[in-house]
Amino acid sequence: MTAEDPIVTVRALNHWFGSGDARKQALENITLQLPRGSFTVLMGPSGSGKTTLLTLIGCLRSVQDGSVRLLGHELNGADDHALTRLRQRLGFIFQAHNLHESLTALQNVMMGVQVRPGVSDALASQAAARALGLVGLSDRMDYLPANLSGGQKQRVAVARALAGNPALVLADEPTAALDKDSAADVVDLLKRLGTERGTTTLLVTHDTRILDRADRILTLEDGRIVSVAGTG
Amino acid sequence: MTRLLQRLLGRLPIGWLQLTHKRGRFAAALSGVAFANVLVFVQLGLMNAMGAATLKPYGFFQADIMISASDANALSDGGNVARQWMLQALADPDVVEGMGLFVGNVPWDRGDRDITFTTFGIDPARPAFVAPGVIEDLHLLQVQGAAILDRLARGLPREEAAAIRSQTPRSFETQGRTLTAIGTFAGGGGFGGDGFMMLSDQTFLSLFPARSSAAPDHILLRLRPGADVAATITRLRGLISDKSLRIRSYADAGAEDLRYQQTQRPTGVIFGFGVLIGVLVGLVIVYQVLSADVADHLREYATFKAMGYGPRFFLGIVTEEALVLGVLGFLPGLVIGTAILTLMAAVTTLPLTMTAGMAVTVFMGTVVFSTLSGIIATRRLAAADPADLF
Repeated sequence: MTAEDPIVTVRALNHWFGSGDARKQALENITLQLPRGSFTVLMGPSGSGKTTLLTLIGCLRSVQDGSVRLLGHELNGADDHALTRLRQRLGFIFQAHNLHESLTALQNVMMGVQVRPGVSDALASQAAARALGLVGLSDRMDYLPANLSGGQKQRVAVARALAGNPALVLADEPTAALDKDSAADVVDLLKRLGTERGTTTLLVTHDTRILDRADRILTLEDGRIVSVAGTG
Repeated sequence: MTRLLQRLLGRLPIGWLQLTHKRGRFAAALSGVAFANVLVFVQLGLMNAMGAATLKPYGFFQADIMISASDANALSDGGNVARQWMLQALADPDVVEGMGLFVGNVPWDRGDRDITFTTFGIDPARPAFVAPGVIEDLHLLQVQGAAILDRLARGLPREEAAAIRSQTPRSFETQGRTLTAIGTFAGGGGFGGDGFMMLSDQTFLSLFPARSSAAPDHILLRLRPGADVAATITRLRGLISDKSLRIRSYADAGAEDLRYQQTQRPTGVIFGFGVLIGVLVGLVIVYQVLSADVADHLREYATFKAMGYGPRFFLGIVTEEALVLGVLGFLPGLVIGTAILTLMAAVTTLPLTMTAGMAVTVFMGTVVFSTLSGIIATRRLAAADPADLF
């Protein structure tokens, strides 16, 4: 895989849920590319297939039909072990923070670094502290999630996704729980990482406040891409 | 502790942090494991005590071969053996000496409570059959009515026992006869009696008029030094025409008695089940704690799965939790178990002690079964689907 190759290439992707008469197509003939360092927003009404697409690209579901190439690896036919290894190179930001209640902010972020083999505690701690600094939580490193506000928890979750310097960040409504300024900070941070580190971001959102920052906006309806706006 | 575990594991001790995060639940879990340990310790202590009490009287004597009736599963069980078979056995060139051993229970009515002695009638003229150091003045038993009492017998005050000497004998009535205790030896209470008593065979028979000197309970045989016990037993089986008799080495007789007590007698079976129930209680408690813990953290586990953590990582967390519960629950279990056994020993005079072997066995069992519970609990992790997080 060269530096110019897209991080993600999706071709003729179809996906169904259920079986028999209850079988329903969630994605239909999806084709797209996510260039390195790009910031792509995925929009669409509920049930349009956004989350399904995100989970397929994020190696959280098996590809049934079509092709998804992630970081140079074909996901169609890949085994669980290969998918798990690939996930270690991704950063996930969920709508809910999903922080571990018994771990401090620093320890939660360390988990995002230590998932890669051979990373020492000291290195993970340094990277986690740096990531918490990026989201403005240097003074909350030893706090348990219960002692953080909703916005602070979400920023810890963002730091956890970014601390391992992932090639691709997959974010599902990451700004839903944040106020306007915090949401702008998070999106600006993801944009900046794309420029500085070449981190690619695919972000699912209904938040129209952040659309002006996207390189490209994909709109899904009934499992199909109905519009592509922007460049890249 | 967190730093120590972090160094040992080479990663954040998530299991430990998870357990200690909810201290009330953690304390309850440890109490449960400790309780299971106490159950096992008490039952094992009773089983060991039963074993020690069973083998104790075998230690009073020394012999190479013991001949018993077919139904004599224990020292004080079963029918009699005709003395003629002892005379027959003495015809074997390797058998140098034989002695009839009489066994019966003799009560001593002390007013406030009875003391029941498991009583042995022996031939005082054959001291070679008594183990060295057990009885010092065996020859004194030749006096009709003389008895040597167990100074550790349950219900016999220690100071009273200490005062019993040949110079200051203690007489007492039993079964319409007067016995005179002229000395003591160290026995101890068992499950079948409060202690032991040694009499001459003649004194024994005077207490049991229905018994005959021609039919002791067991026959003990001593062989010449260097004789092959197994070969002699084989020859004796050919020599003695009553094929129903149990002819076995003295050591085997003790082992068979022990096996009988542990596997055939209700008490042994009950103690065995007690151990099993303790183990099952511990298994269920640890499983419940870990299973509930996994269920409580499914979303976090799913997040870790999404991040790329594999099955070994989750197995490691749950195993870590199981080991923490097992090890930390064992310690109070050991302390409480020791205290209970000590208290029970003081009350019952049974040889109830916490041995290093018991402690190690229970610790290993706790670790193994806790880990097993943890492994079973990880099956619930299958429900943690990271795709559901979106």
